[in-house]
Amino acid sequence: MGLGRSRAVGFIAPALLLIGVFLVFPGVWTLYIGATNFRLTGVAARTPDFVGLDNYRAALGDETFYHSLWLTLLFVFGSAVIGQNGLGFTLAWALRDTRKWLKRTLETLVLLAWILPSSVVAFLWVAMLDRDGGTINEMLGNTPGVAWIVEYPLLSIIIFNIWRGTAFSMMLYSAALSSVPPSHLETARLAGATGTQTLRDVVLPHIRRYALTNTLLITLWTFNDFTPFLITATDYDAQIIATYIYERAIVAGEMGYSGAISLLVLLINLLLALFYLRVGRRGSR
Amino acid sequence: MHRSIGRFVALAGLLVVVTATSGCLGKDSGTDNSDPNAEAKEFSLTIATNAISGGKNASGADWIEKYVIPKFIEDQKSKGRTATVTFQPSGASDEDYKSKIALDLRTGSGADIYALDGIWVGEFADAGYIKALDDLVGKSKVDGWEGWSQIPTSVQGNMSYNGKRYGIPSGTDGRVLYFNKKLFEQAGLPANWQPKSWDEIITAAQTIKAKLPGVTPIQLNGGTAMGEATTMQGALPLLVGAGQEIFASGKWQGNTPAVRETLGMYQKIYAGGLGDPVLQQDAKGRDKSFQAFAAGKMAILLEGDYFWRSVVEPEKGIAKMADRNQTVGWAKIPSIRPGAGIRGQDFVSMSGGGGHVLNPSSKFKQQAWELLQFMNGKAATVALLGGAARITQRQDVNNEVLAADPMLSYISKEVLPLTAYRPGFAVYPRVSQALQQATLDVVSGKSAADAAATYQKSVEGIAGGADKVVSG
Amino acid sequence: MGLAKAVVRRILFYVVIGFGTAFFALPVLWLLSAPFDDTPTYAVRPPREFTFGNFAEIFENRYAFGSLLNSVILSIGTMVVVVTAAALAAYALSRARVPGRDTLIYMLLLLSSVVTGTAAMVPIFLLIFQMGLIDSHFGVVLVLSGGLLPAAIFLLKDFIDTIPRSYEESARVFGASPLQILRHIVVPVARPGLATIAVWTIVQVWGSFLTPFILLRDPDKQPAAVLVRTFYTEGGSPNLALISTFSLLYSIPVVLMYLFAWSRYGFRFHGGIKS
Repeated sequence: MGLGRSRAVGFIAPALLLIGVFLVFPGVWTLYIGATNFRLTGVAARTPDFVGLDNYRAALGDETFYHSLWLTLLFVFGSAVIGQNGLGFTLAWALRDTRKWLKRTLETLVLLAWILPSSVVAFLWVAMLDRDGGTINEMLGNTPGVAWIVEYPLLSIIIFNIWRGTAFSMMLYSAALSSVPPSHLETARLAGATGTQTLRDVVLPHIRRYALTNTLLITLWTFNDFTPFLITATDYDAQIIATYIYERAIVAGEMGYSGAISLLVLLINLLLALFYLRVGRRGSR
Repeated sequence: MHRSIGRFVALAGLLVVVTATSGCLGKDSGTDNSDPNAEAKEFSLTIATNAISGGKNASGADWIEKYVIPKFIEDQKSKGRTATVTFQPSGASDEDYKSKIALDLRTGSGADIYALDGIWVGEFADAGYIKALDDLVGKSKVDGWEGWSQIPTSVQGNMSYNGKRYGIPSGTDGRVLYFNKKLFEQAGLPANWQPKSWDEIITAAQTIKAKLPGVTPIQLNGGTAMGEATTMQGALPLLVGAGQEIFASGKWQGNTPAVRETLGMYQKIYAGGLGDPVLQQDAKGRDKSFQAFAAGKMAILLEGDYFWRSVVEPEKGIAKMADRNQTVGWAKIPSIRPGAGIRGQDFVSMSGGGGHVLNPSSKFKQQAWELLQFMNGKAATVALLGGAARITQRQDVNNEVLAADPMLSYISKEVLPLTAYRPGFAVYPRVSQALQQATLDVVSGKSAADAAATYQKSVEGIAGGADKVVSG
Repeated sequence: MGLAKAVVRRILFYVVIGFGTAFFALPVLWLLSAPFDDTPTYAVRPPREFTFGNFAEIFENRYAFGSLLNSVILSIGTMVVVVTAAALAAYALSRARVPGRDTLIYMLLLLSSVVTGTAAMVPIFLLIFQMGLIDSHFGVVLVLSGGLLPAAIFLLKDFIDTIPRSYEESARVFGASPLQILRHIVVPVARPGLATIAVWTIVQVWGSFLTPFILLRDPDKQPAAVLVRTFYTEGGSPNLALISTFSLLYSIPVVLMYLFAWSRYGFRFHGGIKS
């Protein structure tokens, strides 16, 4: 303890106020809209009707919704849970003691992938995977080239998203690794532990909670990321939930339907979070 | 601590209920026709368009800033009034811009004059965001404008809804078949090519396929990836060529002969190896079709006059063709058979175009109407072109300026009389999506009959019942 | 052990580095060729007609530099708000026993990742409109902060949880106030975590389009992520020359900010930790 109750409230108040007003309030409002047939334009914009659970019924009765859900799970698992997590940790570990210029160069490249606006990275990856003169086809000497995005849409966006988001995992893991006290590593070294042993017995226990946090966050973000749409457009074989929402709700301006899907996605994300927490807790015992 | 969180959530919940019930969501403000500022000597106005200097539609933005605003202020000064006019540029995708102005209009705030795509007029009017000009400034004043006589009725219809004018259109466009004359020459096809039926298009494409390996004979936009480009530069021009508009006499086209014939044409092109089916699924397919045409790797392309003005334009185009004037040929889009198009036409086209509307919440409606007339006057319209040709709303201007550009005068004289417009209903975008899906189905190997049957089901769902859809 | 193992490890190291560099560098190649090309396409190739004309055109664009400055203002402003509020809240949540604390954080986190995009845009716009904050950077900073805070608190709490409480207790013995403890003990030790959140916030704001687009009106206030969307034709086709050129300029400030923030605050910091 040590922090008085009133002081704790005072410390928490600014964040809670901002979150309450600018996130919870519009959030709850969005969920309310999900129970109406509200649209941004047209007659339903003037007098939206309360439709109860109709939007939910429509979504849950639509088989393409489940199709999207399944693809999203594959996408999240492949690109975030395995891809970004694995590559991010590998890079953070490999670069921890390396020469400064090498570290900075690679970090900047990884970061670049992360900071460019999504509309621009879409162009980069089209240039990378394009059938006519794309980098990959040029390197492989393919003529005529393979239309990677059209032939392997899901794989394309998984690899794209690993490229796009690894920076965060790398950053978090290198911050986490730097919080492993050097004395522990020193002790392990003196005890003659191999690299793998050090990793397993000293480092991993220390960063376990960061790994859980990281996995949870990137899962949530990847689940709701809309950027792949800019690369695969409406391709049915890469129609993840974010794309589904765009097609069904945004193009047609159906805010009500869109609000309902948001709640469904929230619940699915909640299940995922509970699953992670369970796995994480079991692992720490 | 815990309790305070609970209290906070409860408060937020209460706020939602209060705002929702107080009608923020279901806004319906009454009309107030009395205008206390009608005779104001000093006023300020704002114009908002989806144009920005140095970016999207830069010439339109520069025109407002450098011509419209200073000249209008000067003009008002000579009438003893002090005007302040500001310009609020945007440069975003149509969807984003539409959301932004819908939000402004919804809250009764925002600019006094908005640029609006003609296809949005119906949904904005239904939502109560915009009102008929007659209701805002008075019928006699609206009818009194000299400009109406210069704007063809069909073009006026683009900014009208249920027979009422909501704004002044600011030009239109038309669609044709572009072809590469050099490729045509190499394949032994005429430089003044003008197909008279769909079969003649197919024949020409087959000739190119046989004679010029490596060249994509024809690009007819299809698939869902290109979005509205598929509908406007593909499905709808064919549909009107098969004799039907997508919406007529209160009903949408469903699984009809015209729709099946349209889809059949896609099948002939893509199953016959005359088009590039992969391009249809590519998110950047349309951009790539531009690049391929400009590079001489594509022979025939159905596009609007925008393609000529902004894409292959030799100086500023996004896929420049230095030899555009010598290489690019154009032809009218034929009906499936002579006389089989809408209104019994031999040739058809589709058009769109935007215009400007008044914000019903404007504090200075009369003055905004005056500014609107000024923007659409002959002098201002000529200034907008600034030497570059574009099809304007005014015939008197078109007659003068388009003579310099053979392509655009062709559109104006030959194509516009044949053209058709899309219906401006809120559900149109989803019908359009269903039609795109049907073309995708065909391009990826389904039969035209199956694709049309699926399309019929989708449209019934969208339109709200089988009685709103024509089939058979 | 021995030499062979060391060699294998070295080789493995270079394979990882080499693969990493190639994977992250290849897509960016387009950004190095297209800005210098007179008519760029989606193909990566040496400029067909080498030109600085695209840069000249960007320099002539009167919104270009202002927009970069606006991006800096928005991202630094949001970063300050998020880091401060998140540090205070994470510390309190880490040290005080609050019933239902974890559930609350998870729910907010879920809400923040779902309530984004166009679905939430209508309520957010109406809210900001009622507050009279349309067309102000302040309004944008508030909305973005509200959305980013849950994840920031969530992240930071992990870092603060690992700080041994013994430090604070000894400081308290010497009569330090909680705010002093936070500033002089917790903040220095949690520096890598704070730097992570700072960089993360800046990056999120830097790429954010919809919120500033919907909430700002004056073109001189728009950030770079909004401006880059103006380089399209009226028909909606991208002007690849201007987009690639501006993107190159657009990424430089963030890289600099990152290098600065990371080298200054992100270093491992173990002064005084003996645990």
